[in-house]
Amino acid sequence: MKDDSKKKGAGCNSCNSSENCFADMALKKKGSRRGALAALFGGAATAAASSAIAAASTEDEKELKRIKRDEIFQKYYRTMTEEERAKTIARFERKSKVQYGVDAHIDGTHARPNTLFGYAFNISKCEGSRKCVDACVTENNQDRTSGMQYIKLFEMEDGIGSVHGGDTEYSHEVPVEGKYYLGTQCFHCENPPCTKACPTGATWSEPDGIVVVDYNWCIGCRYCEAACPYFARRFNWKEPEVPSDEINPYQHYLGNRMRSKGVMEKCTFCIQRTRQGKQPACAEACPTGARVFGNLLDPDSEIRWILENKKVFRLKEDLGTEPKFWYFTD
Amino acid sequence: MKAFFKFFTNGLTTVFTGSVNYYLWLGLLFALMIGGAYGYSIQFREGLVATGMHDHVSWGIYISNFIFFVGVAAGGVMLVIPAYVMKDKDFTKVVLIGEGLAVAALVMALMFVLVDLGGVTRFWHMLPVIGYFHFPQSMLTWDVLVLNGYLVLNLAIPAYILHCHYHGREPNKKIYVPFVILSVFWAFGIHLVTAFLLVSVAANSFWSSGLLGPRFLASAFAAGPALIIIIFSIIRQTSSFKISDETINKLSMIVMFAAYANLIMLFSEIFKEFYWVSEHSAHARYLFFGLEGHHAVTPYMWAAVICNVVATLMISVQKLRENIAVLVPACLALFLSIWVEKGLGLVIPGFIPSQLGEIVEYLPTSVEILVTLGIIAFGLFTLTALLKVFIRVETGAISSKGGTEGLAAEMDAAIKKRFTA
Repeated sequence: MKDDSKKKGAGCNSCNSSENCFADMALKKKGSRRGALAALFGGAATAAASSAIAAASTEDEKELKRIKRDEIFQKYYRTMTEEERAKTIARFERKSKVQYGVDAHIDGTHARPNTLFGYAFNISKCEGSRKCVDACVTENNQDRTSGMQYIKLFEMEDGIGSVHGGDTEYSHEVPVEGKYYLGTQCFHCENPPCTKACPTGATWSEPDGIVVVDYNWCIGCRYCEAACPYFARRFNWKEPEVPSDEINPYQHYLGNRMRSKGVMEKCTFCIQRTRQGKQPACAEACPTGARVFGNLLDPDSEIRWILENKKVFRLKEDLGTEPKFWYFTD
Repeated sequence: MKAFFKFFTNGLTTVFTGSVNYYLWLGLLFALMIGGAYGYSIQFREGLVATGMHDHVSWGIYISNFIFFVGVAAGGVMLVIPAYVMKDKDFTKVVLIGEGLAVAALVMALMFVLVDLGGVTRFWHMLPVIGYFHFPQSMLTWDVLVLNGYLVLNLAIPAYILHCHYHGREPNKKIYVPFVILSVFWAFGIHLVTAFLLVSVAANSFWSSGLLGPRFLASAFAAGPALIIIIFSIIRQTSSFKISDETINKLSMIVMFAAYANLIMLFSEIFKEFYWVSEHSAHARYLFFGLEGHHAVTPYMWAAVICNVVATLMISVQKLRENIAVLVPACLALFLSIWVEKGLGLVIPGFIPSQLGEIVEYLPTSVEILVTLGIIAFGLFTLTALLKVFIRVETGAISSKGGTEGLAAEMDAAIKKRFTA
């Protein structure tokens, strides 16, 4: 990401005039027709320069169109061979370059053996700063224009246990005396109603327990969104937009790669990070240490210690969804 | 094959021939269809953000209408059972009208699902063989099967019968009756499966009720035949096709009993929600009284319930029921009230409050309304076309012998009439 912005800077220095620089930037940044047109209507660019821009731009446009056409006939990720997966991923990396000017690294790493991810949330510690929410949005390349967020923080009155009495829209200084904070996101149920509802199998549980979506197989019927008891799924009602310089280039095919309009997405326990042995962005960003993420199959993990030594509860346990997301107190 | 092709082209010419009023009707439908196509073009370009839906209320009037029209399609079976199974003479004459209505309603239902998809170009992912058919787990795949199966049955049976009548033959019962019996079971299937689509959402206390399936059937068997009575009265006024008072009387009895069953179940649900008001009652409270100052659906629901009760009472009184001038408005009121109760009043409050208790309301946008009207217009056009061909064949106006000439003469007369008028 940083390298990329440096390149842009270098391009700027080589420009003769500020207008050309703008045109150059526009091209590099988006490579879109709109960018090129804006440059043209800027008026100051020389005829030669502008035609060169237009040529380069249409070249990119054509390639983007070709990529998008190939996308229409793309197969189901789960039934692809490894070779097909590699080709598909390469196409998306190219798309990222052409569409956003970002050198994305899209990962297809499989689940690691003997791994089942789980999460524990300490309601005594959380102070409702929403640092996790911001970190999640940045990490997972969520649409900035619609304000999409995977995590919800409920500000709850002491003595009230149901989130139905909580407030998610608070905008005052936190923490507030007499209140506590409870965060929700996808709980990656062991028995998920969402994956059962999906008519195309576009969403499923991975062997390490992460519930994922193949964004290119989802038809956008939103049955999973209605089926989820925890309001964990988010739909792209419009074409998602993330400024090129804010795009996180470290991506996973089943995780934070760029989405399109009309598909479902959700928390993936930061699959692009956690399958590399890192913590999810929310857990890493939490200033109070309220978030604990780990491998449930590892007897020495912190999450196992919490499950064995703390009194824990889960939301709507009566539904039999078996969430892998527990709440506990100090 | 050639004969069938002639039957088809002959039918097609019939569809576009008629009186001035008929052309005005077609003009209105086409205008609405063009409006719908325009609305959809916006939605296709911008995404579903062009609708009023959002993450909290993720299904709106498209799915509401889908559910309602599946019911109307299933309601057609109320002509099929008396006609084919009980061999009632009155119903045998008009049964094809019920099947035509089923086709039109199914076309609408399927279109409502398609326009609701975020990625309509990827809908083939849902098909067996070329896609990944998540069967039998996903109730949506069941719906794909039963709806398309019912569509094929309701196209094939009437096409065979009409084709025979067109050639002046009696259709062979051994060929079509087994399929008719199948279609009766299938009719119950389509609406039960559609109800199960909602019932299967175990986390939703508003939908996950064992009563929903039977309630869907009862409301379908009231709304479908109510619409058929309205269609009968229009056919009686605009064509020479005879529909006896006896047929309409029998049908209005069916409407009456189905409306009773529907109301009983509706009140059972209301009792459960309000005798002991729990967190699970929030959806019903929103629907009937509003929640925390939000009550976008409340006035529609009350109007629907009142309409429903009044219409049912009117149909219950024999003297009123047998008076066509009362029966038709009562049926219209019943039909509209079930439309609101089962469409709007069932789908939208299921999302309010949301799964985690947040209250965000939903109002359809003009794009959504345009698309909805366009689809309804397309359905009405389908119905008009099917009924037109049916009436022409059954009254002998078109047939394989000399039908085309008769039609040509009639077209000439129609054109002359318009120019002299």
